[in-house]
Amino acid sequence: MFPAIEIRREFHKGDVFFLANLCHDCRACYYACMYSPPHEFAIDLPQIMSEARLESYKAWSWPSFLGLSFTDRRIGAALVSFAVALVLVLSMVFAGPNRVFALHRGPGAFYQVIPYLAMLVPALALAFYGAAVWVAGGARFWIDTGRQLRKKGCFRALAQAAGDVLKLRWLKGGGPGCYYPGARTSPFRRLYHSLVFYGFLSALVSTTLAATYQNLLHRLPPYSLTSAPVIFGTIGGIGMMVGVAGLISMKLKSDQTPAGARALSVDYLFLVILGLTSLSGMLTLASRTTRALGVILTIHLGLIGALFITMPYGKFVHSLYRSLAIIRHRIEQLRSGANIAKR
Amino acid sequence: MDVYDVIVVGGGNAALCAALAARHHAPHVLLLERAPVHMRGGNTRHTRNIRCARVANGCSAEQYSEAEFLEDLIGVTGGPENLELAKFAIRESRKLPAWMSEHGISWQPPLAGTLHLGSANLWFLGGGKALVNAYYDTAIRMGIEVRYDAFVEDLLIEEGSFRAAVIKCGENQELVHGRTVVVAAGGFEANIEWLKRFWGEAADNFCVRGTPYNDGKMLAILLEKHAQPIGDPKRCHAVAIDARAPKYDGGIVTRVDAIPFGIVVNRTGQRFYDEGENIWSKRYAIWGRLIAEQPGQAAYCIVDSKTIGCFLPPIYKPSQSESVEGLSSCLKLDAGALVETVRNYNEASVGNVEFHPERLDGLKTRGLDPPKSNWALPIDQPPFYGLPLRPGITFTYMGVAVDDRTRVLERTGRPFENVYAAGEIMSGNILTQGYLAGFGLTIGSVFGQLAGKEAANHSHLRSGRRG
Repeated sequence: MFPAIEIRREFHKGDVFFLANLCHDCRACYYACMYSPPHEFAIDLPQIMSEARLESYKAWSWPSFLGLSFTDRRIGAALVSFAVALVLVLSMVFAGPNRVFALHRGPGAFYQVIPYLAMLVPALALAFYGAAVWVAGGARFWIDTGRQLRKKGCFRALAQAAGDVLKLRWLKGGGPGCYYPGARTSPFRRLYHSLVFYGFLSALVSTTLAATYQNLLHRLPPYSLTSAPVIFGTIGGIGMMVGVAGLISMKLKSDQTPAGARALSVDYLFLVILGLTSLSGMLTLASRTTRALGVILTIHLGLIGALFITMPYGKFVHSLYRSLAIIRHRIEQLRSGANIAKR
Repeated sequence: MDVYDVIVVGGGNAALCAALAARHHAPHVLLLERAPVHMRGGNTRHTRNIRCARVANGCSAEQYSEAEFLEDLIGVTGGPENLELAKFAIRESRKLPAWMSEHGISWQPPLAGTLHLGSANLWFLGGGKALVNAYYDTAIRMGIEVRYDAFVEDLLIEEGSFRAAVIKCGENQELVHGRTVVVAAGGFEANIEWLKRFWGEAADNFCVRGTPYNDGKMLAILLEKHAQPIGDPKRCHAVAIDARAPKYDGGIVTRVDAIPFGIVVNRTGQRFYDEGENIWSKRYAIWGRLIAEQPGQAAYCIVDSKTIGCFLPPIYKPSQSESVEGLSSCLKLDAGALVETVRNYNEASVGNVEFHPERLDGLKTRGLDPPKSNWALPIDQPPFYGLPLRPGITFTYMGVAVDDRTRVLERTGRPFENVYAAGEIMSGNILTQGYLAGFGLTIGSVFGQLAGKEAANHSHLRSGRRG
């Protein structure tokens, strides 16, 4: 973030939003600044940046009154309960308790509880809606933070930015790691975040593979424990669970002064829903030969629904805006001739 | 611990370098920092870079020779008090970057647009507080005992030989025995009462730019034990800062850099010094004294809108008005006097050459006393801006004299057996006036390391262990 500040002389709202989204909250500046609280200047840049990030999420969201509606734990809990309850009630009503609590084996076992289309249509609808809000938000980001793009070098900037995102490079802070949870550097935040990130990607791969198996190869789930979808799903689920648990425990221990209270509750909400989704996914796998399958599967689907609903209006959006900010940063750096990758 | 090998009094760069160096040669090292944790590190917290002589090598094409270094030092300070010590500091400065890296310091990669001071200064990542944090972490890891809020009330010195320090932590008084002591506790610039001895009541209107803990207690103790003073006691490094700055610890951001692009008047609305005498980095350090000599230690910098952007924006909002009269009432100055001063100045600004903010442009006033020798643009384009100024004291020059092993000298010229000094408290051996950016840390690091090593080795003699 500081190299990006260096090449600016004026700071408009779009610049602040851009910098706030480029900020990875490594907190190096907080512990290095002689003006941090309790100094009377009480400069707390991480907190200012986290507040600005939330403002930007809200400003770029559509419709913007819904932006950040999931900051409150109670709203989040209500949403999760509602989504889970809705799926449960629907399955009870349409499939009936007998089928929900029955043993299901063999190809298409899941669809005996909830029919394929009943899973697919709402999921696709929510995903498309979320994606549309993201695209709109991304466009607004680009306009608000906007400077002209130079065609030449863009590809290189994109490649560098992709590397930064995939490696979670800036969670290394200035090199040794973030100052997290306390005043010393630690590599663990990056490690746990990587687990969540790659766990999520792995779960996506699993879902895509399953869809391919079903629709192209005409093999209905559940698949065997050694099949690719199950292996990717298991790796992803465990990765996310460990990552989420690690991040939550670090957050609980972390220094609260440089943290924004609102940002913290947004983070917790996202992590908890993600963690519960992975947990219920793993339980679905574990329980597939038991009578509990129907209920657990239903809960899992309800949680996925809740996750999809929060996607455009919660912490999930940080992945979009942070990535875009990194791309813009790389373009700027190439343009200004200073290549910070030369470190 | 019954008896420490080395007790270091102080908690800034010099003290930390002394403790770290001592720990390489002796097992039991104690560092006494009188500030609480969040204020640890003395004035090092406000530093940004260190001046080191360097030869061009694989990593760096930039070169800064020892001869150039010495030339710069003599140019700015008019020649060091003790030339041999100065040369030693410069020679040893070449080893500092590697030593610092080994003890946990990271370096800032060159960035586009940073206000770099050229090849002479190396910038450490995160600035002074990050440096202090890194050294404390290293110190703890190496097994150095660190105590905070540890105020040293007295040193027990018998027949030129240190025995123990009397320390006060909260309400408890305690005697801590040591075989040697390194005093690296800074100057006395935060002691307004002491400054009053030389400045009178004017000192009440000074702000202290750095830590409030540099009250000179250790310097006073050493002088009381007949240490030989060195350096002019009245002399201090002071700059013009915004009058709204905090009394203590405002640091670098309260400095006002607009002076060369406007005029400065005192409380009676009169100019008193050539604002465009030289480029700002060479002259800003005289403005603290200049303002201290004005009535009420107050001054006001006046600029107009065309020079905005030529200097770093101030952190406090300037007073603003569409007319000079309006500005004078915002600043509570006599309107007639200020209007006349500005009119006289504008009439003398004849526009003999073109304005070039980045160099000495020779755009000077004609027939004005005091003159303005460069950047003398008329002040005529509203809105007009005014910043209230007062002296901000950075450091004092008086300290204790040391020998070539950093042992503190008695007034007889003989060194104390086991009392060493490093950093600002002995920088008067080298710096007698002026300042060279980044050189304070050079002195602290070089003599801190030397003092730590000498003290540790001497502690072996006193303990009967082999060194």
